[in-house]
Amino acid sequence: MNGSNGSLPPAFRDWSANVLEPARRRLPERRAAFVTASGLPVPVLSVPESLEPSYQERLGFPGEFPFTRGIRPTMYRSRLWTMRQYSGFATAAESNRRYRALLASGQDGLSVAFDLPTQLGLDSDHPLSRGEVGKVGVAIDSLADMELLFQDIPLDRVSTSMTINAPAAVLLAMYAVVGEQQGVGFRQLKGTVQNDILKEYTARGTYIFPPRPSLALAGELIAWCAAEMPGFNPISISGYHIREAGATAAQEVAFTFANAIAYVETALQRGLAIDAFAPRLSFFFNAASDFFEEIAKFRAARRIWARLVREKFRATKLESAMLRFHVQTAGHTLTAQQVDNNLGRVTLQAMAAILGGAQSLHVNAKDEALSLPTDASAETALRIQQILAFETGIADSVDPLGGSYHVEMLTDTLERAILDCMAEVERAGGALAATESGFIQRQIEESAYRQQRAIDHGERIIVGVNRFRTEVPETAPPATDPSDGRLGVDAQLERLADVRARRDSAVVGTVLGQLEGAARAGKPVMPEIVSAVRAYATVGEICAVLRSVWGEHRP
Amino acid sequence: MRGKILIAKPGLDGHDRGAKYIARCLRDDGFEVVYTGIRRTPEEIVSSAIQEDVDVIGLSILSGAHLEIFAEIFRLLKERGAGDIAVVGGGIIPEPDIITLRAAGVRAIFTPGSSLEEMLVLFRELAGETRRQRGLITS
Repeated sequence: MNGSNGSLPPAFRDWSANVLEPARRRLPERRAAFVTASGLPVPVLSVPESLEPSYQERLGFPGEFPFTRGIRPTMYRSRLWTMRQYSGFATAAESNRRYRALLASGQDGLSVAFDLPTQLGLDSDHPLSRGEVGKVGVAIDSLADMELLFQDIPLDRVSTSMTINAPAAVLLAMYAVVGEQQGVGFRQLKGTVQNDILKEYTARGTYIFPPRPSLALAGELIAWCAAEMPGFNPISISGYHIREAGATAAQEVAFTFANAIAYVETALQRGLAIDAFAPRLSFFFNAASDFFEEIAKFRAARRIWARLVREKFRATKLESAMLRFHVQTAGHTLTAQQVDNNLGRVTLQAMAAILGGAQSLHVNAKDEALSLPTDASAETALRIQQILAFETGIADSVDPLGGSYHVEMLTDTLERAILDCMAEVERAGGALAATESGFIQRQIEESAYRQQRAIDHGERIIVGVNRFRTEVPETAPPATDPSDGRLGVDAQLERLADVRARRDSAVVGTVLGQLEGAARAGKPVMPEIVSAVRAYATVGEICAVLRSVWGEHRP
Repeated sequence: MRGKILIAKPGLDGHDRGAKYIARCLRDDGFEVVYTGIRRTPEEIVSSAIQEDVDVIGLSILSGAHLEIFAEIFRLLKERGAGDIAVVGGGIIPEPDIITLRAAGVRAIFTPGSSLEEMLVLFRELAGETRRQRGLITS
């Protein structure tokens, strides 16, 4: 029903007067009136003519507990989701050029992909870094690289998302110090650092230290941000990679929430109050191809998280119970065969994310099963987001599928499956123990095996792969220019050697010694990491100190 | 038993969904399979291949460092007198690199379009070849 006649349920009228209207005054909608392509009115929210008591309990109104229908009263009618496309460039200088171009074209969110040596706390000149420097993102060895990465970019005016986990503390310290050099205080900085170490052991693979000290470090970073960098999301708890590794939709959310509980408990043990940091917890999920299941997953996840934070952790602030999440379309569903088909896949996946109420979105490029995307395919991915935002009308009304018998039934089903799976992790001792014992890894592996088996046996159809194949030669992955990469690596190695030669090595030795002392004593390491970064100690050197104290994880 | 395979993940990337799946399918197909886990150095991979006395090594890599790493593995295998072990690779590997790797002695490169059946067939052939060379089977 639309909101213009007199038969509105009283609860709707209350919400409209007390929640919706104040929200609209704070943040006006994008248009004075929303209409369909033929000019008919589109309501902000549709509700049944009479509301059963269970409506409020299970769905509620948008912006109200338990947030099943969305975390904001007007959702995309006021502000569209953030179109944040993640991309990696080999060198700090090249990334800097791209960032400045993006900012000039109106984007205000930057996203940093780091190369694997950086993600693993290894310097570019380490033997294990051979062939990997600048391959999947930018190489950062010392503060000098970070200075170059953000040269002439005003850090008080951008928000930066950094995909970094095991050495998150080091890279965040570098970002903070670069801000300070620009005259921007830590408190003014905005952005997100992934800092979700637990899923590295079960899904993504870039861990360094054993799970226990790593979890403690992640907790310290949450506390440090709450005190020093309150504008930063100190963690992005990620189901994306868990799903990519083979988990089902329910497992994706369940393992993510199990990890989230471990982070919350760690932060609480450090003496933080739940309402002091819960509003800053952010999440990252996957949008795969089963359209209604994905929509139901996002809606169920919001409801579960809201209840969990309020009931288990006794949060009282409304913002603490809001599940805010970024979504990326599912890389594992892209096919190398008939690559143009992937445009259809990512479009439907992106639609599921929007109908599911995501706060930000990355759409994969069609060619990502073959290589890093070309400029043209990356641009098309962004255009798909814009088509969905501006041409289809799906963003013009809040939770447009809410109330569908099918979607509500699936939302309830997903909720039960997620809660069952969370209970299993709980029985296995919680996320940390279930990660150390390999319980979560085995569950994911089993699901991955079953899914791939179904594809190989033709029980699950993938167009162009096991059905509807064309007998034309497939496109081979495009060639990369090897000389191109080599130049970047040489420059990186030179800059690293230069930093090592020019810095005050006595100071570096002292600060690294202090870091080791703090780590051995179980004291906070973040202040020491900031000092080490200021002295131009490298990511590799800082992580080597921590490795020597905490050990290395070798499953 | 059809033979013994080492599935190895060199390079720094952690994407081992494919490697684990292949390992399990090879096991289902009657092979004895050892999986190394992620982020193994060429040195570690060659040592386990020799120690485990495998017939074929399957390398899975998605980080982009395949040229450097495969070359090092071949060098070490030859240096240790284990040049008879057949090596195949899988990952997102561009066409010119496939040609380079094949010329260097990699017996096959599987890319995202490859089917499970063609992989199993090739592993059977290569394992048989190595075992015949070693006099483990005659025919």
